[in-house]
Amino acid sequence: MTTDRRTFTLDGHDIPFDEGQSVLDAALAAGLFIPFLCHKPGYEAHGSCRVCMVRVGGRWQASCTTPAAAGLEVESTVEDLVAMRREIVQFLFTEGNHFCPSCEASGNCTLQAVGYELGVTTPHYPPFSPTRPLDASHPEMLLDLNRCILCELCVRASANVDKKSVFALSGRGPTKHLVVSAESGRLADTSFSADDAAAHVCPVGVFLPRGQGFRTPLGARKFDVEPLRVAALRRAGGT
Amino acid sequence: MTEDLATIVARHRHDPRRLVEILHDVTEAYGFVPKDIITELASMLAVPRGHVEGVVGFYAFFSDEPRGAYRVLFSDGTTDRMGGSIALLERMRASFGLQGEETSRDGRLSVGTTSCTGLCDQGPALLVNGHAIGGLDSARLGDVMALIRAEAPLAAWPRELFAVRSNIRRRDLLLATAITPGDAVSAAARRGRDDTLAEVARSGLRGRGGAGFSTGAKWGACAEAPHEPRYVVCNADEGEPGTFKDRDLLADHLDLVLEGMTVAAFAVAARHGFLYVRAEYRFLFAHIANALAARRAAGLLGPNACGIRGFSFDIELRRGAGAYVCGEESALLESLEGRRGIPRNRPPFPVTHGYDQRPTVVNNVETFMAAALVARDGASVLRDLGTRTSSGTKILSVAGDVERPGVYELPFGVTVQRVLDEAGASRVQAVQVSGPAGTLLSARELDRTIAFDDVPSAGAFTVFDDRRDLLAIIEHHSRFFAHESCGFCTPCRVGTTLVARTMGRIASGHAARRDLVDVARVARVMAKTSHCGLGLMAGNPVLQGIEKFRPVFDARLRPDDALPTFDLDASLDKSRDVTGRDDSEAHFTEEVRP
Amino acid sequence: MPSPKLRVATTSLAGCFGCHMSLLDIDERLSSLVELVEFDASPLTDLKTPVACDVGLIEGGLCNAENVRTLLLFRRECKVLVAVGACAITGGLPAQRNALDVRDCLESVYLTGVGLEGGTIPRDRELPLLLEKVHPIHDVVNVDYSLPGCPPSADAFWAFFEDIAAGRAPRLGHGLIRYD
Ligand SMILES: Cc1cc2nc3c(=O)[nH]c(=O)nc-3n(C[C@H](O)[C@H](O)[C@H](O)COP(=O)(O)O)c2cc1C
Ligand code: SF4
Ligand code: SF4
Ligand code: SF4
Ligand code: FES
Ligand code: FES
Repeated sequence: MTTDRRTFTLDGHDIPFDEGQSVLDAALAAGLFIPFLCHKPGYEAHGSCRVCMVRVGGRWQASCTTPAAAGLEVESTVEDLVAMRREIVQFLFTEGNHFCPSCEASGNCTLQAVGYELGVTTPHYPPFSPTRPLDASHPEMLLDLNRCILCELCVRASANVDKKSVFALSGRGPTKHLVVSAESGRLADTSFSADDAAAHVCPVGVFLPRGQGFRTPLGARKFDVEPLRVAALRRAGGT
Repeated sequence: MTEDLATIVARHRHDPRRLVEILHDVTEAYGFVPKDIITELASMLAVPRGHVEGVVGFYAFFSDEPRGAYRVLFSDGTTDRMGGSIALLERMRASFGLQGEETSRDGRLSVGTTSCTGLCDQGPALLVNGHAIGGLDSARLGDVMALIRAEAPLAAWPRELFAVRSNIRRRDLLLATAITPGDAVSAAARRGRDDTLAEVARSGLRGRGGAGFSTGAKWGACAEAPHEPRYVVCNADEGEPGTFKDRDLLADHLDLVLEGMTVAAFAVAARHGFLYVRAEYRFLFAHIANALAARRAAGLLGPNACGIRGFSFDIELRRGAGAYVCGEESALLESLEGRRGIPRNRPPFPVTHGYDQRPTVVNNVETFMAAALVARDGASVLRDLGTRTSSGTKILSVAGDVERPGVYELPFGVTVQRVLDEAGASRVQAVQVSGPAGTLLSARELDRTIAFDDVPSAGAFTVFDDRRDLLAIIEHHSRFFAHESCGFCTPCRVGTTLVARTMGRIASGHAARRDLVDVARVARVMAKTSHCGLGLMAGNPVLQGIEKFRPVFDARLRPDDALPTFDLDASLDKSRDVTGRDDSEAHFTEEVRP
Repeated sequence: MPSPKLRVATTSLAGCFGCHMSLLDIDERLSSLVELVEFDASPLTDLKTPVACDVGLIEGGLCNAENVRTLLLFRRECKVLVAVGACAITGGLPAQRNALDVRDCLESVYLTGVGLEGGTIPRDRELPLLLEKVHPIHDVVNVDYSLPGCPPSADAFWAFFEDIAAGRAPRLGHGLIRYD
């Protein structure tokens, strides 16, 4: 099993890595799953959701923003770490308005899938029940911000992939929110199109293509077919 | 009269990195940042509109909604409250018929609160259109209200109202040593770059802003990092509730601070410096600008600074805009670059990728002062004072229940009790060292010492006597973090609000055992998983409170396992009102506690 | 000697009875279930008031005063209280009214809606008053376990009962946790 590639260990397994790879990406490529939400392979790591927390040499760190390095000893599937991830998912459910039974994204939603993966059965905390707007101005797509988890994937996609910067964040702390880059605040008044990368990166159910809701029958949706863990590893392994 | 946008933007050379400065100027001109101005500004700076809107929305001092011609913000610091600020605020609201809403209908006045403004030793305080007024009592507030009622322009208000006095009560090494401007830099030049770096390292100087990182190591790493130009940044954001020492250091010892920055610039070969000062210290800006001009005139800044051939260095004053998190060094750099103050991912660190992704030294005001003395007098000036791990002195901002609040410089290793004696304190219940993010000490721990390996302090030292409601203080500190969280990462963005709300129920006697368990768990999640120091420390008040003052918590908890998290009876108010019912079924009474 | 059966009470607050239907969906296992448990107050038995039960299953969230009173009663009488289904756990579909003002809701339903000229808002003591917002049940009482799903699957119910009857802390395995 000796290779000339350098390795670190994850829960005792040797994980080879390429220079510049994060602990998360290297783990996924090696077939070991760490849950993540705000990261998307191919995008610059963000480090905001904190679902991918691991312990590196005893220090708590987000695996998506920790560069892999030879000799690191990383813990991931340890009960106290998993419990922390569970808490973070509960925080996200507490913060937004998530009513899965009536959500078009249900079954295709990564937040939901991470909740399943971690065994989250309840938000547990008193809900914030924020008042958040629905933007129905655009002919191709609705924006339902009730479910936004502020991962900034759409912001990053619009700025870096689409080169449009249609989305941005405003406010801070508990008032942080997604804004549409237009004086009216309306999506219709931007150059957004349903073909944009930004329209397809959202891990939850904010971007809703018009006239297509609930098309896929129960049982055939993304995470009905394969759990998050399987899907993520398959994608990372390129198979 | 209103300065036009093009003039403002031109003055800032159309540089989007100066956006925070531009927004200050726009706010000065228009009273707020109107939505159409945001659009125009974005196009003039060639940045997305959402970027400008996001920056406006991030900083507490900016708003895209109209605000009153007079904007009154009561300082909501711990000691402001202890001094009765809430009653004063209520009185002002009542007097102008404002029921909590921010702006009066005639648009004349808006009243709100803002995080601790750093007048803890001379509070309660407020800001009127950004200008601080301290020492509030009933009479002074009466004067303020009369002036507003008479619609007197701010310029015509008595100058005395805006007087902020320095309040240095004890001087040791840094505050007692006189220095001729330029001497420390010249000494550094004589010693040479490498030896200056070595001398600073040898002095054992550790950062005074909180983390206590070795200044010598930081400067050395910056000096070694490739990629010119390098930068030196002085962190004078001083936002931790209870801290005000940098205020007096900038007021009375600015030359030593600037000297230290220049020494750093020489040591790491930086060409440009920033002095980032919180906007709450507006009363210092003219003084700082004058001092910079004087140093330029004296040849201490600019080309061949301090007479050193080939050493060009200048310092630019930059303002914060009401965001505690911008004291975190990488958030500060984001702010300097005209963005929302979101702490960066590390690595890379500022010493290699700081301002403009260039090598940057960021240090606290006090750190630069100490470094200047080391440069002039050698490592021993610090080594001879303090303890083995903490050389030199610490400057503390002492406030709260003490007879002589103010700034005290004492050697590291001093006991907490000694500080209390200096400032005159009795019936001490607790001491909050280094602010809400720091350490809460109980009366049993007063023999502990101020030192990096015992009780570290970034400067705050707030005393609570046994008449204070500690749970209300912990709640208030928790609310501070919720208000100041940048919102980037989940644990802090959500956790701070959960903790603040739960502490609110605990402090007001509406909580049960479940709430204590929950609040402690949430605080631990933040302490382990947050992205930056704010979230990592935001659970401290609650966790240390529970650890050290458990009986105080227990006495306030109801005996039940759990209680409703909201007021059940009040939740029927609206229904009662529309139906006109008032029968027993239309109320919750005792039964909420099964 | 068989161990004594678990006394189980169930109720539906602001829910649709979907969860109860799903419970009945455990089909042939129902006969095994009644070996394990005995139903106290429940829509299944038509008894209204639980007394000294081991387990209380709560379907539905808190929409009105009566929901709250029932919940408090269940909490008092049940050793283990379980939030069953999306509505009990999050407020569910009824909670979508939380974006609206309860006053406007009542007025538009009874006064200002089309064809309601001359209507009045009922003020009958027998009618429970609406809470300002719809709440999940954990906002009012301590909840020991949650069975998510809209409704939770029959398999989830079954797994839950098996665990609890065996004296284990219930743990839903993979595939049994669903939010929809
Ligand atoms: C939330 C937060 C606020 C901070 N505020 C300040 C501050 O106001 N002033 C300061 O010097 N350091 C502050 N710091 C510490 C800085 O990040 C940084 O460590 C310091 O400026 C480095 O200077 P020093 O080495 O001289 O202490 C803060 C850190 C955090 C996490
Ligand atoms: S976005 Fe995901 S978690 Fe939120 S309601 Fe929709 S399916 Fe549920
Ligand atoms: S809309 Fe979606 S992609 Fe954009 S920030 Fe919110 S959750 Fe992330
Ligand atoms: S810990 Fe708080 S302040 Fe720091 S990045 Fe996270 S949300 Fe922002
Ligand atoms: S995936 Fe790492 S923090 Fe979000
Ligand atoms: S009533 Fe069962 S999920 Fe809504």
